[in-house]
Amino acid sequence: MADASAKQVLFEPIFSNNPIALQILGICSALAVTTSMNVTIVMCLAVIAVTAFSNLAVSLVRAQIPASIRIIVQMTIIASLVIVVDQILKAYAYEISKQLSVFVGLIITNCIVMGRAEGFAMKNGPYLSFLDGIGNGLGYSVLLLFVAFFRELLGAGSLFGVTLLPTVNEGGWYIPNGLLLLPPSAFFIIGLAIWGLRVWKPEQVEEADYKMSRHTAKEAF
Amino acid sequence: MEHYISLIVKAIFVENMALAFFLGMCTFLAISKKIEAATGLGIAVVVVLTVTVPVNNLLYNSILREGALDWAGLPNVDLSFLGLLTYIGVIAALVQIMEMVLDKYIPALYAALGVFLPLITVNCAILGASLFMVERDYTFGESVVYGFGAGVGWALAIIALAGIREKLKYSDVPEGLRGLGITFITVGLMSLGFMSFSGISL
Repeated sequence: MADASAKQVLFEPIFSNNPIALQILGICSALAVTTSMNVTIVMCLAVIAVTAFSNLAVSLVRAQIPASIRIIVQMTIIASLVIVVDQILKAYAYEISKQLSVFVGLIITNCIVMGRAEGFAMKNGPYLSFLDGIGNGLGYSVLLLFVAFFRELLGAGSLFGVTLLPTVNEGGWYIPNGLLLLPPSAFFIIGLAIWGLRVWKPEQVEEADYKMSRHTAKEAF
Repeated sequence: MEHYISLIVKAIFVENMALAFFLGMCTFLAISKKIEAATGLGIAVVVVLTVTVPVNNLLYNSILREGALDWAGLPNVDLSFLGLLTYIGVIAALVQIMEMVLDKYIPALYAALGVFLPLITVNCAILGASLFMVERDYTFGESVVYGFGAGVGWALAIIALAGIREKLKYSDVPEGLRGLGITFITVGLMSLGFMSFSGISL
């Protein structure tokens, strides 16, 4: 992808090569933070910032990194960026940083960041790498926001903390689906989202390991 | 003693790393197609967690924590913001050391673990366990037990998923759901099952 255009690099990861749905990267932190939109947006911004800047930094020093210790160098760059993000969140959005608890720290081991640093930034220039970071961060965000939208709307009857469907407990009519606030629902929503995405873009469908032979009437007789 | 037993049960079942906190998901989904591979990875995770969590605990309590540098005449220094960098450094270094030691002394285990050892550095379950240890303020003894329990819980989950996926490949899954999609839904169901432990308070 040496001569890929900037636009392609930026937009490809959003649907065609989504980091979560296709590359199986970064699912770890994706699920636990999606119970409300506010928290999710902060998490997405943090991930976009870290991915973009770590790609930029890795790409700038890529010629100087000896191949044998590259993982540790990348780790150090990423960890430093995450510390900056963590400190900023603690200073300006303390409530949300409390809710995110350990998951901000876990951005370090978020495979998207490492995967893109290793897979893209080590081979491409700073400008494209920066865009690739933003693109992959956005791809991650789209899926995360999609999950959070359903979980908060159907689980708590609100979006961004604003009540849209007044729940029975508060004298409204909507009976909230408590399952959606629990962890397993995130798996179901992502599974269904992947299904939808693959029906829309059939080239992403995986090959079956094992094909069932057709039912034939012959054997029965 | 009772306290430690309840901690280990809690770490394995109630607060299962993979199914209740979604940690280590990437490797969890990528390397669960075969039971043997899953078992190898599971054992590696148990070993690494049992070592790294206590080491990070010692580092946190003797150097990073606010006021921990009292012995050096620096009572007001709070280095806890360096935590993330320290933990990940410790994990990367320990994994590297362990790889060399295993290669030299227990080549059979080294060959069995193969590529999984280096992969573990970027497994969020490892870093996550260290962060939880700090957040919950475990003592050294508790951190050993917690590290071991968290590892066993994770290993249990990945081996169970691999078992399901080995059978699942013979089933007739709708096209778009094949592979990753159905795996997600399976994990969701497993996680729902593990939630039945969540009411238990020990």
